[in-house]
Amino acid sequence: MSNNNASSNLVVAQRAVKQLRIEAGVRRIKVSQAAAELRNFCLQNASKDPLLMGVPSSDNPFRPPKSCSLF
Amino acid sequence: MGEMEQLRKEAESLKDQINAARKAVQDTTLQEAAAGVAVVGRVQMKTRKTLRGHLAKIYAMHWATDSKLCVSASQDGKLIVWDSVTTNKVNAIPLKSSWVMTCAYAPSGNLVACGGLDNMCSIYNLKGKDGNVKVMRELAAHTGYLSCCRFISDTEIITSSGDCTCILWDIETGTQKTVYAGHQGDCMSLAVSPDFNFFISGACDFTSKLWDIREGTCRQTFPGHESDVNAIGFFPNGNAVITGSDDTTCKLFDLRADQELITYQDSSVMCGVTSLAPSLSGRLILAGYDDFNVNIWDALKAERVGVLAGHDNRVSCIGVSADGMACCTGSWDSFLKIWN
Repeated sequence: MSNNNASSNLVVAQRAVKQLRIEAGVRRIKVSQAAAELRNFCLQNASKDPLLMGVPSSDNPFRPPKSCSLF
Repeated sequence: MGEMEQLRKEAESLKDQINAARKAVQDTTLQEAAAGVAVVGRVQMKTRKTLRGHLAKIYAMHWATDSKLCVSASQDGKLIVWDSVTTNKVNAIPLKSSWVMTCAYAPSGNLVACGGLDNMCSIYNLKGKDGNVKVMRELAAHTGYLSCCRFISDTEIITSSGDCTCILWDIETGTQKTVYAGHQGDCMSLAVSPDFNFFISGACDFTSKLWDIREGTCRQTFPGHESDVNAIGFFPNGNAVITGSDDTTCKLFDLRADQELITYQDSSVMCGVTSLAPSLSGRLILAGYDDFNVNIWDALKAERVGVLAGHDNRVSCIGVSADGMACCTGSWDSFLKIWN
């Protein structure tokens, strides 16, 4: 019983180390580059972001256009 | 030295290596990079539609890619497909198990999926020949509750589970293609990258993980939260991940810098984050909380710029439509609201 626990603990530990080796090997870019690209993406796409810019009622599919019709 | 002790030391050394490598590229902060950008002005959105029909708590919602239809799941045992513009119910699908926790709309619009305490992911065909919506597949293999599911296509879906794993399924054969194991706690949420090559998962081990869908491997792990990660989403350009946690904060992690860049928190926010969604440009992060509100954050400045108040109970789910025109919130008060 204790032998099985010991060998499975070993397998778990081996897997953990193997995974950490993969993660340690990740190629990282500088935060300055990453942050600049996030900022630029936000700014470049701002004008196309309806929730940010507000949706004029005429273009809002969820709002019926205000109109007065006299027949 | 025994092998266990050797492995433990190697693990510690690798963790130190990762921390050092992250610090080594930390030449600035997102705050500094965005210092010249003005905070977004106060964002005020109104409820444009209220979708009424569920008879119990809503646990999940997902927009269809057409930005008009959406699906919601409630513990009244129903999946409802709504036309959000007309508020009509397009389909009301009775579920075998009412303990549903998640739902998803396939990108094609042909299928919806749901699952929960039945540990299964059930796939429904909305476009069956005779017009009836029927169960197409029941994907069973998880040994814990289904917390989230997202379609890759009409033939593949990824699920996350309380059994600490995520699974990629072949819908046609109903079999597991890949099991993504590594989290040390219940997986609570998942999101697929815009290019469909990766997905991210948030879990009760307080971390999020980035997975290579085809390779089946975990590429990166992001620690930092101090409690369960309940909600997760990709920043629209696919290079960053946003998470929401029971620790009351949301965080942004950059995938290529492999680290947390900013935390969205406020001393007045004292309850857990249940759900989140970025706006189309990523500039706004809309997050649902246990205190019945949605807080809107300026993603670059980490300031709260708006609140959506209108639900009478916890906001359990939130989604921004693909064209960015509206945000949908679902609540334990049994209603969905469309805002813009």
